[in-house]
Amino acid sequence: MTTLLTFPKGGVHPPAAKEYTAHLATEAMPVPDELEIILGQHIGAPCTPTVSKRAEVEEGELIGEVKKGLGVPLHAPVAGTIKTFGTSGHPMRVSAPSITIRTDQAAPARTYEKKAWSQLDAKELLAKVHNAGIIGIGGAGFPSHVKLSPPPDNPIDTLILNGAECEPYITADHRQMLERSAEIVEGAKIILKILGITTCHIGIENNKPDAISAMNVAVANAASEEFTIKVQPLQVKYPQGSEKQLIQAVTGRKVPAFALPSAVGVVVHNVSTTAAIHDAVVLDKPLYEKVVTISGKGISRPANLRVKVGTKLSDIVDYLGGVTDDLAKIVMGGPMMGFAVSSLDIPVTKTTSSVLFLAEDEIDTSPHSQCIRCGWCLEACPMGLEPKEVAIHVEAGRPQDTKQFGVFECFECGCCAFVCPAKRPLVQFIRLAKMKAAG
Amino acid sequence: MRSSESVEKIMWSVVACLVPPLILSTFIFGIQTLIITAVSVASCVAVEAISQKVMGRQVTVRDGSAVITGMLLAFVIPPGVPYLLPVLGAVMAIYIGKHLLGGIGYNIFNPALLGRAFLLATFPVAMTSAWLPATPPSEMALFKYLGTDIDAVSTATPLALLKEQGMTAVNETFGATANLYTDFFLGIRPGSIGETSGLLILLGGLYLLYRRYISWHIPVSMLATIGLLTWIFGGVTPFSGDPLLAILSGGALLGAFFMATDYVSSPTNKKSQLIYGMGIGALTVLIRLKGGYPEGVCYAILLMNPISSVLDSWFKPKRFAAPLPSQGGAK
Repeated sequence: MTTLLTFPKGGVHPPAAKEYTAHLATEAMPVPDELEIILGQHIGAPCTPTVSKRAEVEEGELIGEVKKGLGVPLHAPVAGTIKTFGTSGHPMRVSAPSITIRTDQAAPARTYEKKAWSQLDAKELLAKVHNAGIIGIGGAGFPSHVKLSPPPDNPIDTLILNGAECEPYITADHRQMLERSAEIVEGAKIILKILGITTCHIGIENNKPDAISAMNVAVANAASEEFTIKVQPLQVKYPQGSEKQLIQAVTGRKVPAFALPSAVGVVVHNVSTTAAIHDAVVLDKPLYEKVVTISGKGISRPANLRVKVGTKLSDIVDYLGGVTDDLAKIVMGGPMMGFAVSSLDIPVTKTTSSVLFLAEDEIDTSPHSQCIRCGWCLEACPMGLEPKEVAIHVEAGRPQDTKQFGVFECFECGCCAFVCPAKRPLVQFIRLAKMKAAG
Repeated sequence: MRSSESVEKIMWSVVACLVPPLILSTFIFGIQTLIITAVSVASCVAVEAISQKVMGRQVTVRDGSAVITGMLLAFVIPPGVPYLLPVLGAVMAIYIGKHLLGGIGYNIFNPALLGRAFLLATFPVAMTSAWLPATPPSEMALFKYLGTDIDAVSTATPLALLKEQGMTAVNETFGATANLYTDFFLGIRPGSIGETSGLLILLGGLYLLYRRYISWHIPVSMLATIGLLTWIFGGVTPFSGDPLLAILSGGALLGAFFMATDYVSSPTNKKSQLIYGMGIGALTVLIRLKGGYPEGVCYAILLMNPISSVLDSWFKPKRFAAPLPSQGGAK
C-alpha cells in the first residue's frame, strides 16, 4: 500500500457527485449538421482562418493558423463546407470569432494508422505536437509545445501527468485513464523523450481505484529500462489537481508565486492532453475531438461524450433527450471553477471538460450576507491568501488596495466561496479586484 | 457549489449550547433567571429589528445573532436585577454596539459585553448586589424567589468575597476548598447565569470545538494564562494562588468559549488568536487582583477586542510560496 500524497495547506471536500457518469463508457456522439469552431481555443493569439468561404475541407485539414504570437493551428473536425465566418457564444468572453462548417454527412470518418515514432528526435516530435494543435485540454488551454520547450536555464527532471480530476461531477479524464491507459503511457514516453528526461509520476485521486489499477497495468505492460513511470495515488482533496498543489503533493517542491512549474524542474500535463499528444505523434491525428462529461440532475441522460470541437450545447442536449423540468443552472467546466452560461448556443472548445445541467437542489441560491470574519476562507485557501479582506475592500470601493492580500496569486479554485457560511461570492469579488487592481 | 454550513446554522448551534446552563440555573436560582433571559433576548431581537428597519438595512433577526447577544447579556448580569436593565443593555449592545458601527461583521466590540459594561457603569448597585442564593437543584427552588424582595436575599459572589476578605472568608461562607471545586463546577453558587455551571458551559464549548465552529486557540490560551498568572500572583506568597478556582469562577469559562471566540470581535489568524487569548487572560488576572472589580473577564475581552485587527495585520497567513527575486520576491 502506497501512502496517499497530498498538499498540506488548505483545501476542501466537496461532494464528489461523480456517480452519475463514472461508470459510463465514453460514447461517440453523432456529428451534428453544423459546427462552430471558435478561432481562439487557447491562451494566446487567436487563429486566422486559412480557408475561404464555401471552400470544401477534409476532416483534420488545417483551417486556421496563428500568424504572430503564442498559439497552435486549428483543424476541421469534419469533412464539409465552410459556411460563414462569424461569432459564436463563449462561456467567458460572451462572444468570440468563429468559423461555421456545414458537415458533409456522406463523407466517411477519417481513419488513422499507427506509425513508429522511436526514430524521431525531440525536435521532430515537438513539431508534431505543435502542428496537431495540442493545448492543455484539462481546462487551462496553454499550448502544449510551449510547456514542452522549457527555458534552458530551468533544467527539467520530472514529468507529472495530472489524473487527479478533483472537480466534482467530471469523469472525462477518469474514462480516458480506463479506456486509453496504454495510449496515455505511450504519450508519457513521447513527452519524456521530448524533454530528455526519464522520470514520470501519474497522480490520480484515490476515489478512482479502477483508474489507478488500469494505469498500473498499462505502466507494467510498457515497462522499459529507459523510463521510470510510476502511478501515484493521491488523497481526495480539492484542489488536488491544481498544478502547484499537485507538484507539491508529488515532489514536495513549491512553485514560486507567479512562476511556471519549470522553475522547480517539473512539467505537468493532463492525462487527456497526454492521450492527445499520443494521437498527434503516433497517429498524426490533430486535436479536434474532445471527451466531455455531461452531468447533473438537470439532463435527461448523463454521459461521457466524445464530441467534435465546435459541437453546440443545444445539439448535445437534443442528443441526450433534453433537459429536465427542474433544471436551474448550466455550468461549463466543473461546479467549483466553471462558468455559468445563459444560452445553449455555445460551442464546445478544446478545453471544455464538462457541461453540467444542475437542478434546483444541486445549487445554492441563498443570498449572501455581510462577512462575519469567521476566518474559514483563510483556512480553506490553498495559496495562503486572504479572500475575506479582498471582498471587504471591494465592497468598500477600494479594489485597488487588494494586491497586498494576494489577489494575483489566486487561481480561483473557489475553496473560499465553498466554505463561506455567509455565502459570499468571494471568487467574483476577487475577479473584480484583479481587474481593478491591475491598472 | 457550496458547503451546507451557514451563518444561521452556526448561530443557532451556539444558542443551543447556551440552553443547558440556562435550564440548570433556572433550577438553582429559580424562574427569575428564565424571565430575565427572556426579557433580554426579546429586547435584543426587537432592538435589532427596529435598528435595521430605521437604518434601511435588511432585517436579519432570523440569523440568530441577536438571540445569542440576548442570551449572553442575560448570562453576565445578576439574575435579580430589575427588568429595565436587560432592556437598556440590549439598546446599548445591539443599537450602539452593533448597528451604529456597521452591523454584523463590523462591530469592533462584543455587543453583549458592551451592554454589561454599560449597565455596570450606570447601575453599579444592582449590578453588584442583585444576586440570588444558590439552592441545590434537588430542592427545586424554581419559584422560590419570585416576587420576593430581591435585595433582601442579596449576597456576595465568591470572587467578591475573595477579593475583599480573602480565602478564609470564602471557605467560611461557601465551605472547604475541595467542595468549592465541585460546587463551582456543577454550578451551586451565587453568581450570574453564566457563572453557574462550569460543566455545562464546558460541554457547550466542547461541542462548538467539535463542530469546528470555534478553534481551541483562544479558549486554551486564555484559560491557561488565567491559571498560570493566578498561580504565580494570586496567593499570599508567590506561586501559591489557586489556578483551578480562578478558571472555574467569575465567568472565565463562559468568556473563553462563548465571548472571546466571537468571530467578529476576535482575530482570525491562529497566531493572533493565541496572543489575543493570552492578553485576555493576563488582563483578567490583573483586574481581578489589582483592579477595582472582583471580576475581570468582561473588561479584559472588551480591552482586547479592538486589538484583534491589529494582531491580524501583524500575523498574515503564510503564502504558498514567495515570488522569485526577478518577479518582486525577496532576494
